[in-house]
Amino acid sequence: MSAYLSIRNLSVALKGGGPILRRVSLDVHPGQVHGLVGESGAGKSMIGKAVLGTLPRALQVTGGEIWLDGVNLETLPPSERRRRIGATAALIPQDPLTALNPSKRIGPQITRRLVDILGWSRADAQNRALELLAEVHIPEPARVMRNYPHELSGGMRQRILIAAAFAAEPQLIIADEPTTALDVTVQKQILRLIAQMQARHGTALMFVTHDLGVVSKVCDSLSVLYAGLVVENARMRRFFTRPIHPYSAALLAATPTYTDPFGSLKPVPQNVITAVETEVSQHDRRTGA
Amino acid sequence: MTLLRAILLRLLTTAITLFGVAVIVFVVIRVVPGNPIAMMLPPGATEADILRLETQYGFDKTIPQQFMIWLGGVMQGDFGTSISTRQPVSGLVLSRLPATLELSIVALIIAVTLGGTMALLGTRFRDSKTEGAIDVTAGMALSIPDFLWGLVLILLFGVLWPVFHISGRISPSLDIDFTTNFYLFEALLRLRFDVIADLIGHMVMPALALAIPLAAIIAQLLKQSLKETMHLDYVTLARTKGYGEAKVITREALPNALLPTLTLVGVQFTFLIGGTVIIERLFSYEGLGNMAIDAVINRDLPLIQGIVILFALIFTLVNLAVDMLYVVLNPRLRHA
Ligand SMILES: Nc1ncnc2c1ncn2[C@@H]1O[C@H](COP(=O)(O)OP(=O)(O)OP(=O)(O)O)[C@@H](O)[C@H]1O
Ligand SMILES: [Mg+2]
Repeated sequence: MSAYLSIRNLSVALKGGGPILRRVSLDVHPGQVHGLVGESGAGKSMIGKAVLGTLPRALQVTGGEIWLDGVNLETLPPSERRRRIGATAALIPQDPLTALNPSKRIGPQITRRLVDILGWSRADAQNRALELLAEVHIPEPARVMRNYPHELSGGMRQRILIAAAFAAEPQLIIADEPTTALDVTVQKQILRLIAQMQARHGTALMFVTHDLGVVSKVCDSLSVLYAGLVVENARMRRFFTRPIHPYSAALLAATPTYTDPFGSLKPVPQNVITAVETEVSQHDRRTGA
Repeated sequence: MTLLRAILLRLLTTAITLFGVAVIVFVVIRVVPGNPIAMMLPPGATEADILRLETQYGFDKTIPQQFMIWLGGVMQGDFGTSISTRQPVSGLVLSRLPATLELSIVALIIAVTLGGTMALLGTRFRDSKTEGAIDVTAGMALSIPDFLWGLVLILLFGVLWPVFHISGRISPSLDIDFTTNFYLFEALLRLRFDVIADLIGHMVMPALALAIPLAAIIAQLLKQSLKETMHLDYVTLARTKGYGEAKVITREALPNALLPTLTLVGVQFTFLIGGTVIIERLFSYEGLGNMAIDAVINRDLPLIQGIVILFALIFTLVNLAVDMLYVVLNPRLRHA
């Protein structure tokens, strides 16, 4: 089965500075969920941003290919790249409190893309938005469409952002820690909702998280990152039974389980860190970064 | 209920402010040296003449007494009689107000257009040479005060390349029978394009002189605000939806970036109105400011008093308008 999103040797670096992503390769298959795990600063978010074309201005892609549905995005002119992303991919952002425009009503924030980028009629877009809001269990969708973001709770807003992401029926959705900004009580519901929506719409999903526990529940495959280097790409079942890389094994051991709820308090052993650091510097020497 | 309270509170503070301004001006112009009566009489007038007129205008009474008399008149809409022209102050002041309002509003429109364009361009091409050029231009525009801009403009477009009128408000030949003193607005409504062109030809230099420093402030503040907004998550999210940079700036960032800029621009606009005093003098533009300077030269105390109160009232109204606009543009306050 060919991948919907295929990243090959993607390198991202600070402009005039050190590497952030080190020849990252990974595949996200149609209708499947691919997890990105790694500690804070490993570069998980930057992979998503590189695909969506929203890297911070201080960063740039220095090499590699991003194939989306058989087209290498890096070879497209910027406006064409933008439209292609807008029409086929979507983002579920991390913080629902800052991801909605405070001066606009909810309705247009969902329908605008359908009308402007995909050329739908206003009425179609409106109906589609109502349908999606109902699907993410928003009560009284018609009223909520007329609300401003500040009138809604964080959980409601994240549901709305999920509805907005699925509205254009994208082939690929990137969810960057979509629950970390939420109340613990709401986190589970939102996670379940994303998984349900993904399954129902058959969307390919790239799911960024710190939490291997979450990965084990929703993902089909995953990439483990350390300092912008993919130390392991794996199918889910194999990963949890036989992780190949020592760093993966250490992460897995540090994941809380039913029998060991305080697992997350275990640090990754120092010798594992030293080994993976050596790997990173060897990689840099080999690639001349 | 809270809205009603807010309005009442606002009216109360406005009244207190105006009262305070009235007291201060009343006292100050009476303690500085210079006898208004002596100024209006021909040389060789007798002490008796002076005394008679002083009694007529009430200058023989104590300042508190004079103030109570003045306040009593104001309560009935009577702002006293101008000493130099012997006409009611209210009529004089109201006849000049439209000229100054038109000048200020045209200057504001120019400033917002120029400054807004610079801010949008600077944001669109941020961190490039274009932004640098805009920063330098704005910095220069700001470091020269409005009346010096007036002189520069007179030299450029009045002397070197005389395309605009350097003095007055309208050419006498085009002084059609206006029913109001809002010449420009009336000419626009009556579609008298020859008159409009002539009025603009007179107004463009004083308006520009007032507008340039304000445009620079708007450019700097709005650009700063826009650049901060461009980092926010909803702007990034809009990018992933397929919108280009220009759309993202104008549609997503601008409505939110306007808010913090608005209040400061409101304050700066009141400074601009204050600037009309000198600018109107410089361009012999028949407005309130020009009249204020004449009033000071003639020690025309009732007229000075009336003009200052009117300026204070205008400033308060501008601030009120800004606050209301802030509420209208901010959905978080609109529904509170
Ligand atoms: N605007 C920026 N300018 C320069 N460097 C940046 C910028 N944003 C991120 N980085 C760097 O890029 C690296 C990867 O960051 P990234 O946000 O992808 O990490 P992450 O894995 O998503 O971490 P987290 O789990 O905390 O979200 C970090 O080392 C960070 O210092
Ligand atoms: Mg991140």
